[in-house]
Amino acid sequence: MTLARPLSAILLLQLMGEVVVRATGLPVPGPVLGMVGLLAVLFARPATMARVSPIADGLLRHLSVLFVPAGVGVVGHVAGLGRDGPALFVALVVSTALAIAAGAATFAAVARLLERRE
Amino acid sequence: MTGFAEIWAYLADAPLLWLAATLAAYAAGETANRWAGRSPIVNPVLCAVAILGLALWVTGTPYSAYFEGAQFVHFMLGPATVCLAVPLFRNRALARRAILPILAALLAGSVTAMVSALAIARALGVDKTMLLSLAPKSATAPVAMGVAERLGGSPTLTAVLVIATGIAGAVMATPLLDAMGIRDWRARGFAVGVASHGIGTARAFEVHETAGAFAGLGMGLNALLTALLAPWIASMFL
Repeated sequence: MTLARPLSAILLLQLMGEVVVRATGLPVPGPVLGMVGLLAVLFARPATMARVSPIADGLLRHLSVLFVPAGVGVVGHVAGLGRDGPALFVALVVSTALAIAAGAATFAAVARLLERRE
Repeated sequence: MTGFAEIWAYLADAPLLWLAATLAAYAAGETANRWAGRSPIVNPVLCAVAILGLALWVTGTPYSAYFEGAQFVHFMLGPATVCLAVPLFRNRALARRAILPILAALLAGSVTAMVSALAIARALGVDKTMLLSLAPKSATAPVAMGVAERLGGSPTLTAVLVIATGIAGAVMATPLLDAMGIRDWRARGFAVGVASHGIGTARAFEVHETAGAFAGLGMGLNALLTALLAPWIASMFL
C-alpha cells in the first residue's frame, strides 16, 4: 500500500513523458520529461515528498547496478573500440578535465562578483 | 540424474540465469571496490561488465540472450531517472541561495563537456555513431543513454563512456581543483557533479559534505541541460 501508490505515480509520470515525446517528436528522453513532471508535482504539493522519497532514495542508492546490462553490451563494440578506443579515451579525459575547470572557475568567479556587489 | 547439458539447456533459455548473474557480478564488483579502499578506479560497474563479458564469451552466449534476463534490471533505469527529481527538490534551498553562480557554472560546464569531447574526438577521426554516443557522456547514465538513443548513437557504448567519464572526473577533480586554487566547496562540488555525474558526486561526498550536496545538484541539473542541448550541439559536429 505505502509502496504501490508512489511507485505507480513514478511509472505513470514516465509513461506520460514517453507519450509526450512520441507525440511531439521532442529530442528529450521520455523519463527526463517524467523527472520534470515529478519536480513539478513536488513543487505544487511538497507533502508528496514523504511518500515518494523512500522509493526514490532506495532506487537511487542502487543506481549503478542498473547500468550493468547496458554496459555488457560493449562486448558487441569491441572491434569499434579497438580502433577508436584511444581517441575516445583522450577526448573523454581531456574534456572532463576542461569541464570541471570551466564549471568551477565560472562558479567561483560569479560568486565572488556577487559578494563584492553586496 | 539429469546431465549437465540438459540443465544448461534449461538455464540458457530461462531469464533467471542472467538476471542472477548480473546481480552477482555487481555484488562481486562492490566487494572488489571495498577491498581497494573505495578507490574510484576499481569501479563496481566496470568489474561487473568485465565478469559478465567474460562469462558470455566463455559460454558462447549472444548478448541478446543475456539481455532477455538482464532487461528486468535495465528496465528500472527509466523510473530511476524520474526519481532524480527527489534529490533535486531536496536541495532546492541550496540552489536558491546561489542561483546565479549555479546557472552560469551549469552552462559553462555542460557546454564545455560536450563541445570539447566532440571537437577532440572528431579531430582524432572518430566516426559518427561513436561521436553521437560520446556527446552526452557527462550526464548521468540513464539520461545519457536515452539521449544517445534519440540522437542515433549507441546506448550501450554510451553506458561505458559515461562510467569512464565518471571515473576520470572522480580521479582528476581534487588534484586539478587544488592546482587551480579554487577553495569554494560549492564551486568544486558543483563542477564535479556537472562533469562526472553520480561517480563524481560520490567522490565529492567523500571529500566534503557541502561539495557532495552541490555535486548532486550539478548532476541533476546537467541531466536536464544535456537532454536539451545535446541534439543541438551534436548537430554542429556532423
